[in-house]
Amino acid sequence: MPVLILAQHNNKAIHPATLSTITAATRLGNNEIHVLIAGYKCENVARSACLITGVDKVLHAEAPHYEHFLAEEITPLVIGLTEDENYTHIIAPATSFGKNILPRIAALLDIQQISNVSEIIDENTFVQPVYTGNALATVQSESKVKALTIRTTLFDKAPLSVENPASLEHVNHTPAVNISRFIQREIIETERPNLTTAKIVVAGGRALGSKENFKMLETLADKLGGAIGATRAAVDAGYIPNDAQIGQTGKIIAPDLYIGIGLSGAVQHTSGLRDSKVIVAINTDEKAPICEMADYTLNADLFEVLPELIEKL
Amino acid sequence: MKILVPIKRVIDHTVKVRINSENSAIDTNNVKMAINPFDANALEEAVRLKESGKASEVITITIGTEKAQEQLRTALAMGADRAILIKSALPVDLGGIQSLDVAKTFYRIANRENPDLILMGKQSIDSDAGQTPQMLAALLGWPQSTYTSSITILEDGDEQLEVAREVDGGVETLRLKIPAVISVDLQLNKPRYARLPDIMKAKNKPLEMLEFVDLLQGSSHIKLLKVSEPPPRAPGVTLPDVDTLIDKLRHEAKVI
Ligand SMILES: Cc1cc2nc3c(=O)[nH]c(=O)nc-3n(C[C@H](O)[C@H](O)[C@H](O)COP(=O)(O)OP(=O)(O)OC[C@H]3O[C@@H](n4cnc5c(N)ncnc54)[C@H](O)[C@@H]3O)c2cc1C
Ligand SMILES: Nc1ncnc2c1ncn2[C@@H]1O[C@H](COP(=O)(O)O)[C@@H](O)[C@H]1O
Repeated sequence: MPVLILAQHNNKAIHPATLSTITAATRLGNNEIHVLIAGYKCENVARSACLITGVDKVLHAEAPHYEHFLAEEITPLVIGLTEDENYTHIIAPATSFGKNILPRIAALLDIQQISNVSEIIDENTFVQPVYTGNALATVQSESKVKALTIRTTLFDKAPLSVENPASLEHVNHTPAVNISRFIQREIIETERPNLTTAKIVVAGGRALGSKENFKMLETLADKLGGAIGATRAAVDAGYIPNDAQIGQTGKIIAPDLYIGIGLSGAVQHTSGLRDSKVIVAINTDEKAPICEMADYTLNADLFEVLPELIEKL
Repeated sequence: MKILVPIKRVIDHTVKVRINSENSAIDTNNVKMAINPFDANALEEAVRLKESGKASEVITITIGTEKAQEQLRTALAMGADRAILIKSALPVDLGGIQSLDVAKTFYRIANRENPDLILMGKQSIDSDAGQTPQMLAALLGWPQSTYTSSITILEDGDEQLEVAREVDGGVETLRLKIPAVISVDLQLNKPRYARLPDIMKAKNKPLEMLEFVDLLQGSSHIKLLKVSEPPPRAPGVTLPDVDTLIDKLRHEAKVI
């Protein structure tokens, strides 16, 4: 029996989180994998999804009211698909896209969703972080259909392949529900790599002290070709927009290198970065939690070492 | 406008949680408990809407043990008009009552109270589920906004709410018809501390108690097998200077 993946995309391209979700789906056993591309003017996305390794069938649904992926509009479409096919699992990335829509679908199918799956033990058994990442819960689902959101940083991105492309099937759209309406989306433009997918992330905290000082991090990030991240304290103080926040109320990241500068490493922050390969802490307090977690610590005043680091790189 | 605000009693976010010796749950004995942080933002917003004359009544509700009366009293002191406790002996964090059960219960309450708006937290900091608001909206057939960082009541048109949501890569603005369910993020506001006179006054505000079993049997099909520590990271080293750091990153870790 097949599994259904709710693909995140922007009507132009597949989101990398979808590729990790597909890899997670391949761990469920011998299931066929169907990927739903619902949107508007997104046929090219559907075609390119046919080339993702592991995908057997791409379902393509178009309508103006799917353009902005409103949960109210996408839900009836998915419910309809589950009536035609015996899906064992419905899966979405645990991004603001997936986390918004999947519980709405799960409720109407009368199933409890399992959120932020970090490990798939078998088709019924999953591990998820709980208590802000302080613990891992192993849970078993006894429901006929399982709804899962995937902590995508823990699964590699499924590669593209031109061999055995998946079949493409157009599905009819459902009528518009019209109880909510998209007005606008302000995308924060940046020349730097995307925070969630960057290989290197330079993150700053309260100790940077001002917006001007925070610019030092930008220089460092640019030298390293990395993205900028921040703590809630730095965002609250107005050093940088909220979009850069890492953690429980921000982004989940897993770069090869994370450098935390002038931040303490509160669990609400570190829960968003604990899967980073190498962690560097620059902090005056050797007892700060970030130093206990780091692979390399510089016990030093950031205002002294940051200019030196920028100069020597 | 009548507003329903579900709040959950959770371990205070400043407490370092401990897993019990049986690896079956988190130890909640003798630890400081609090209103789930995001729920406090939801409540604050509801009270502000009332203070500005846009809301007529704020009802707060929780599913929990008798002890959750403490959090309801705090919510009343912050400005809610009345409270409802749905008593349950089952745990509400892991392995007991789950988001779907909570949503089904609040669905019944919503049909009894007929609120125009249900304001809730974006997620519980214990189960980290982040599902109940969307599930409740689905069951009611109402529009939803998740990760909401601002709420504006519109005076004309057939959509009464404009919301901003924090989404991947930016901020999204939506308009919703009421009744609606909105889940909120920390950016929305800064919750007030209840002052002593308000705490005294809250003692006389109505607090109704209902039994969870009268409303619903636990219906989730999820079994909690175990709770374990996340794998520890390999111990790190403290470096003497910037040169050593650059050298390590280049030649040992090979990440730059
Ligand atoms: C429900 C909830 C959700 C939250 N979600 C998030 C989240 O998603 N992300 C997040 O980041 N936070 C989150 N927080 C906030 C979190 O708990 C911390 O308060 C926050 O991360 C602290 O930010 P900080 O480390 O920048 O500041 P601080 O904790 O104040 O740390 C500053 C650090 O800088 C060091 N320092 C000072 N001067 C210097 C110097 N000259 N050179 C070098 N080091 C110096 C200090 O030793 C200290 O360790 C959340 C909180 C709650 C309650
Ligand atoms: N037992 C409960 N009592 C009251 N509100 C709850 C309860 N469980 C969840 N909620 C509400 O639903 C939100 C999301 O919860 P969750 O789906 O558990 O992450 C919380 O922030 C609360 O507003």
